[in-house]
Amino acid sequence: MDQQSANRPVFAPWNDPNEKPLIRFQNVTKKFGEFIAIDDLTLDIYRREFFALLGPSGCGKTTLMRMLAGFEKPTTGTILLDGQDIAPIPPNRRATNMMFQSYALFPHLSVWDNIAFGLKRSDMPADKIGARVEEMLRLVRLEKFAKRKPHQISGGQRQRVALARSLAKAPKLLLLDEPLGALDKKLRQDTQFELMDIQEKTGTTFVIVTHDQEEAMTVASRVAVMDHGRMIQVDTPDRIYETPNSVYVADFIGDVNIIEGTAAPKGEGMVAIAWAEGQPEIAATPAGQVAKGARVHFAIRPEKVAITTEKPEGRANAIEGAVHDIAYLGNISTYKVEVAGGRMIKAQVANDRRISRRDISWDDRVWLSFTDTAGVVLLS
Amino acid sequence: MNIRRLFLILAPYAWLLVFFLIPFAIVLKIALSDYAISIPPYTPVLDLSAGWDGFKSFLSALDFENFTFLAEDALYYTAYLSSLKIAIISTFLTLLVGYPIAYGMAQAPDEWRPTLMMLVILPFWTSFLIRVYSWMSILSNEGFLNQLLMWTGLTDSSIQILNTNTAVYIGIVYTYLPFMVLPIYSALEKLDGSLIEAAEDLGCSRIQAFWLVTFPLSRPGVIAGSFLVFIPALGEFVIPSLLGGSSTLMIGKVLFEEFFNNRDWPVASAVAVVLLLILIIPIVLFQRNEQKQREADQ
Repeated sequence: MDQQSANRPVFAPWNDPNEKPLIRFQNVTKKFGEFIAIDDLTLDIYRREFFALLGPSGCGKTTLMRMLAGFEKPTTGTILLDGQDIAPIPPNRRATNMMFQSYALFPHLSVWDNIAFGLKRSDMPADKIGARVEEMLRLVRLEKFAKRKPHQISGGQRQRVALARSLAKAPKLLLLDEPLGALDKKLRQDTQFELMDIQEKTGTTFVIVTHDQEEAMTVASRVAVMDHGRMIQVDTPDRIYETPNSVYVADFIGDVNIIEGTAAPKGEGMVAIAWAEGQPEIAATPAGQVAKGARVHFAIRPEKVAITTEKPEGRANAIEGAVHDIAYLGNISTYKVEVAGGRMIKAQVANDRRISRRDISWDDRVWLSFTDTAGVVLLS
Repeated sequence: MNIRRLFLILAPYAWLLVFFLIPFAIVLKIALSDYAISIPPYTPVLDLSAGWDGFKSFLSALDFENFTFLAEDALYYTAYLSSLKIAIISTFLTLLVGYPIAYGMAQAPDEWRPTLMMLVILPFWTSFLIRVYSWMSILSNEGFLNQLLMWTGLTDSSIQILNTNTAVYIGIVYTYLPFMVLPIYSALEKLDGSLIEAAEDLGCSRIQAFWLVTFPLSRPGVIAGSFLVFIPALGEFVIPSLLGGSSTLMIGKVLFEEFFNNRDWPVASAVAVVLLLILIIPIVLFQRNEQKQREADQ
């Protein structure tokens, strides 16, 4: 492990106390009338990060981005960009550029002129602009479409023009507002990788707003889960997924089973969670101390739950139930199993056999099992 | 093709034939006839009872004499030019007044827009003539405007406004303002606000964003509005005759005088035909603008 990290340094400036953040939100609050869009938010974003703001609509993620672009001013608190308070700087003087959700391409200008638009407003000499536009066109592979108007190209191409336009001025910070929302799933996935590629090539700091958790997980170096103007958790995608800090985050990201129960310490750093009358307690490993008798939520991902027809040997937890429903998704199947007290627990299994050879069917008695480290214990 | 579709396609053409092409053919025919002291006041009159020979002699009696007359007499030529000048200047003035109104409407909060729209259309609820007459009482030497100017001390004595070209410009701008405001407003209203934000984000000041994005994108509305003002203003008759003075020369007024004062129907018709030919150019340009706009919207 040590040797590996010596050879290939892991990109994690947020763990380095000497690293200076590019953006620093300090106790930022934004109110629209009585409505609090951003609530006392403090956050650091580092250079070269691909930072995702994730949350349901109305959670304040777009407001946060618009404050970075300069279209909104914080009601209280300060936002520092490179150590400088950006509140008094109007959008046209900020070293940030934004890629709009609607792309906001100028319909009366060609692709070439759209990309050149920002450069012409800068102090770049005219002869350099052409070269820079060509470079951007190459980057997004649109050389052949330079003369076209935005309505003469496809949605995916428009999205790439918007990206090229916002990158052309080489901003310190690129803001992406739901950049892939209008694309269909296949194209979106391709574009996500393209975005990551471009981010790596240009070394620009990206802040992306999205409500698509899969997208955030795919592209981001860190994900911030927001709700009601607050940061609920800011962490790397794997930690957000594996160790959510709250029921909200666990529930928001991916699929999850949440079982409520009463915890009691048991042995070395373990707890036993009583969750239903007459059922064996769930053995789990909490991150911290859990007091005896505390109400807890036990969260476990469906793919970490195994499903068998016989009671498995040597698993820390095994719960019996009946198959209520099976969702067949091609590569995987999700089994909804009814256990004691009518509670449903989902188990997800890779379909490594053909469907005709599947040995579990509706209403079968089955055993669900998982290890004592598979789930997360969340204090209520 | 079924009968219903055929009917739908033919109906507008039939309309055009009955209400435009046939009247135009009659006017053209009169323009090619000669003045006569009779009823109707021109000759020849088409008499189909005389058969084919009668028709042939009818055709041979038609000539372009009236058009040559128009070209020779400087009055008509000056009147056309003067109309053109007045129409162009007043179109430009209407644009100057109308654009800010349309822009303000488009920027207004959503709940205000129907009210503002109402205010723009409201003048149409009163007779056009009454509105022009009220301008006479505003602009006359003892009118409200002069009283106001003297009250504020801007002038000592009243200024002659009524019966000058200035009054004609005021009248045309006032009358045709809604035709300028509405197309521009509809173009501005469609404008996606994020385009302006994008322009600012890319380094434009507010004013630059207006000239580089807002104005070019509202251009179809500006063109449509300008034609909607220019076309009727060119042939305008009521405003110059009521608000303008004896020196105000407009072709619509000349046409009226030829027709009713001189009772020279052939010359009046020739004036009308030439006016129509002049108007065809802006009308075709206008249609092309609309067509382009429709294509861009798709």
